[in-house]
Amino acid sequence: MITLIDYGVGNIFAFQNVYKRLNIPTKIAKKKEDLANAKKLILPGVGSFDYAMAQLNASDMREKLDELVLEEKVPVIGICVGMQIMGNRSDEGKLEGLKWINSEILKFDENLIQQRTKLPHMGWNDVVPINKHPLFIGLEKEAIFYFLHSFYFKCNNETESIAVSNYGISFSSAVHRENIYGIQFHPEKSHQYGEKLLHNFANL
Amino acid sequence: MLRPRIIPSLLLHDNGLVKTVKFKSPKYVGDPINAVRIFNEKEVDELAFFDIDATVLNKEPNYILIEKLANQSRMPLCYGGGVKTVEQAQKIFGLGIEKIALSSAVIQNPQLVTQIADRVGSQSVIVVLDIKKNLFGGYEIYTHNGKKSTGINPIKFAKELEKLGVGEIIINSIDQDGVMKGYDLNLIDKIAETISIPLTVLGGAGSMSDIEKVIEKHGVIGVAAGSLFVFKGPYKAVLINYPTQIEKNKIFKINKSGNTE
Repeated sequence: MITLIDYGVGNIFAFQNVYKRLNIPTKIAKKKEDLANAKKLILPGVGSFDYAMAQLNASDMREKLDELVLEEKVPVIGICVGMQIMGNRSDEGKLEGLKWINSEILKFDENLIQQRTKLPHMGWNDVVPINKHPLFIGLEKEAIFYFLHSFYFKCNNETESIAVSNYGISFSSAVHRENIYGIQFHPEKSHQYGEKLLHNFANL
Repeated sequence: MLRPRIIPSLLLHDNGLVKTVKFKSPKYVGDPINAVRIFNEKEVDELAFFDIDATVLNKEPNYILIEKLANQSRMPLCYGGGVKTVEQAQKIFGLGIEKIALSSAVIQNPQLVTQIADRVGSQSVIVVLDIKKNLFGGYEIYTHNGKKSTGINPIKFAKELEKLGVGEIIINSIDQDGVMKGYDLNLIDKIAETISIPLTVLGGAGSMSDIEKVIEKHGVIGVAAGSLFVFKGPYKAVLINYPTQIEKNKIFKINKSGNTE
């Protein structure tokens, strides 16, 4: 059972549909009671950092999530802004992040981007796993994913970066520490590759 | 490497899909949900839907249909048509749409861009400009399915939109729509030189080589087409089609052994 965290940010249904096709049951959590006994969590997100943090803080799930993730070590994956809010802070906003992974969210330097189009980083790009990793089984070669963002995740501990992509600079497009995972791209909108990755997460 | 995007652009009219020529004579081409299913199979880069009834009939966006489209889609979706307020935009994002395309509402009130971007982030706010050549060889923005002239110069307006925080601009050439004789390359050059946010071009593609020409010149760009991906052959039989990953890699000049697993 995978619990999808619905805090009013991001597309829960797209994840539900992927898992329906994979025959893996899901559950939507809108309040803290829904999080009881969660075995695996997905923290989606689209939009701005502060909006996502404000929505999560305004829900009554924040404390319970900290408990599940930091104490009970329930596996969790943050997606796009859902990944970014797992960091300490962001150039995009003023609010504090969840601080689950020691990191800063930085704005891409437009001067380093060679092409005319600068930001956002939007479209299909390569995701290259650094080492063998269970999240990327079957995705070691030639996997492309859909990105839509202007800020990137900078790990303060380099070893927590598990895959990189390139946009002006090489940046962490996937991170992992203990039971906590984050990916910058949208697996729910990345066809077979995204489905494979979400399947891998379910199998962890 | 970030790839250019090849985007089927589909028009919604009376709950069905249609294709127009120069914004006129809509021809029925199929069921939208079914089209999403087929485009899923074809692993399309991105899909755009434009409701051509909403603004002219002053209707609310068809949320029930939008939700169905979003639920079916395994690729990023853009929706445009009749979005006038922050609340409507937010509701549509809640249904699972990645990008919202604004048009006439922004031409009346450009600040709407900033208001929506503050809520959902710039990257998800798109403006579509329907553009017609005028008698003097210049370009002008039209609204209401090409019926209302605005007197606004699209090149200047594109620059203004960039400053307001738009995430992407789609330019749609009314003169080229459905004609399948190639894009208005001059218009694309002019807009591309003006802005540094993502640009998607629409109107005129009759073959993959038309798409290739735009990508060769502009690199990372969105190249959208309607007729090309819904019609086949000289008699325009309705048949949804789209290049394979290997065909796309050739156009993008990516040397890989192919993405088939």
